[in-house]
Amino acid sequence: MDQPTTPPTPSRRQAAGRLARRENGRFPVGDRLFDLIVLLLAGCILAITALIVLVLFLGGDLALRKYGLGFLTGTTWDPVRQEFGALPFIIGTLVTSFGALLLAVPLAVGSALFVSEYAPRVVAEPVSYLIELLAAIPSVVYGFWGIFVLAPVVRSIQLHIFMSPSLRNIGLLRSTPTGLGLFTAILILTVMIIPFTASVARDVLRLVPRDQREAAYALGATRWEVMRHAVLPYARAGIMGGVLLSLGRALGETMAVTMVIGNRVAIPHSLFAQTATMASVIANEFTEATSPAYLSSLILVGLILFLITILVNVVARVLIHRLTPKGIT
Amino acid sequence: MTLHRLAGGQANRRRRSFYDGIATALIVLAAVIVLTPLVLVLAYLIGRGLGSLDLAFFTQLPAPAGEAGGGVAQAVVGTLELLAVASVIGLVIGIGTGVFVAEYPGHPLVPTVRLLSDALIGIPSIVMGVVAYALLVIPLRHFNGLSGGVSLGLIMIPYVVRGTDEVMRLVPRSVREAGFALGLPRWRVILSVVIPSAASGIVTGAMLAMARVAGEAAPLLFTAFGNQYWNFDPFKPVAALPLVIYTYSISPYDSWHRIASAASLLLVVFVLLTTLLTRLVFRRRT
Repeated sequence: MDQPTTPPTPSRRQAAGRLARRENGRFPVGDRLFDLIVLLLAGCILAITALIVLVLFLGGDLALRKYGLGFLTGTTWDPVRQEFGALPFIIGTLVTSFGALLLAVPLAVGSALFVSEYAPRVVAEPVSYLIELLAAIPSVVYGFWGIFVLAPVVRSIQLHIFMSPSLRNIGLLRSTPTGLGLFTAILILTVMIIPFTASVARDVLRLVPRDQREAAYALGATRWEVMRHAVLPYARAGIMGGVLLSLGRALGETMAVTMVIGNRVAIPHSLFAQTATMASVIANEFTEATSPAYLSSLILVGLILFLITILVNVVARVLIHRLTPKGIT
Repeated sequence: MTLHRLAGGQANRRRRSFYDGIATALIVLAAVIVLTPLVLVLAYLIGRGLGSLDLAFFTQLPAPAGEAGGGVAQAVVGTLELLAVASVIGLVIGIGTGVFVAEYPGHPLVPTVRLLSDALIGIPSIVMGVVAYALLVIPLRHFNGLSGGVSLGLIMIPYVVRGTDEVMRLVPRSVREAGFALGLPRWRVILSVVIPSAASGIVTGAMLAMARVAGEAAPLLFTAFGNQYWNFDPFKPVAALPLVIYTYSISPYDSWHRIASAASLLLVVFVLLTTLLTRLVFRRRT
């Protein structure tokens, strides 16, 4: 799979087609019909994308007209008074995503280095398979585990802080010890997004030319110096693509975050605060949205989320595509 | 790299090899830390869920809240129903588009289709739920299984496209040319030569996409909605395993928690087996 065979050149294939057509008049009909079917199915992708954009814009239109750009900066989310502003969720999403990224990127790059440069093949193969498995576990299962295993651990950390006279007055650590909140969500997200950076980083590291390493070794560099000065700089842009892919995942991650973040509409003021993200508020409140303005506001939140994730993903793909003969992952 | 650091005396060399040792230790540590949650999750699911994954789980409807016993048979079947609807949409459009992207490389629409399909992978699944809600729940005025299946199908499409595209491009050019040399038209070459030789890859790609959406709960919250009873009508709410895990694990009942752990274990085993199978198939091919 590392060496994709290029498909036959169009000219050659057209020549073959012309040859066939000359000999048998039936062929063009079959070919044209098949072309049409395949083109129609591929056209569905265009139609679906257009449909998604259209549906979200139409659905969010009411809220957009009612609250305008103030929707992005408003901090009240009050279904009773019909007042909606999405700033707490936007901040919640950004804080959880970048918090998770901060923890995930060093671990992901480290494990990618382990797999591609340090470990012998017998170890590297299963390890990279296991890292990919992390991405395969359903979000809701992470949420389940988060509630029953991670949250109690975080709660005991919170209790420890609560009991300690020196720590309890630090604003950033203040909280009610429930175990559910920002910190737990960041930890769960970290685990969930690591494989995306790790697998892209691993593939990009493998593309670093051997000469690059050997030149550095020949200068007498240690293994770490080779990594730091010869290998990592070469792979930097590709790894950045992987990081953005992880970011896109983190921004849109719903179930696990919804289950452990506490779901309070408030801008988080401490590391353990209960808060909400754009995805979690949609998951939580969509079935309860009875008034048109409420529903429309939730769809508008969905539209904002859609636009941000599309942007992040397209930039990520462009970075990865530019660096590799074919898109990885 | 600056040369003066490579030169230098004994002390310098010792310091550099010390840093090298630290870096190696940290890198090994990173790999260990990354794999720890996987082990913890699997151990917890097996420890807690295996005992509850009994016959009742697959054959009985849920017991009343708080009472012991009961199962989630309706959700096991519901997930299969949703997957069936999703597969019809996901496989037809996905494989068709995959064929287009792989076999018509000169077509002006290919770059756009490939870019959009890649972009679709990144769209949060909950957004697909919102779209399916607007398309199928609002017009029908109530939650229904069809909308859930459609949302899962939309999520499946780009995965199937990529899988199909990748395996079809693995089919060597000579195989196609052999077909053309026999005087076959292009559609016959694709259908009878290229697709059969890529079939195992296409099938595993499809299974991987199905495994991926089988665990999706977010888009189902307000489309399929969930159901405590049997339902075979696609226009009524349908139960699903991921929804069971969600509602049961945030409930206060211990018996429900046990069922949620069994359902989680079942989903994870399904996903693990599919990924393992994919890996085996692809290793044989390359």
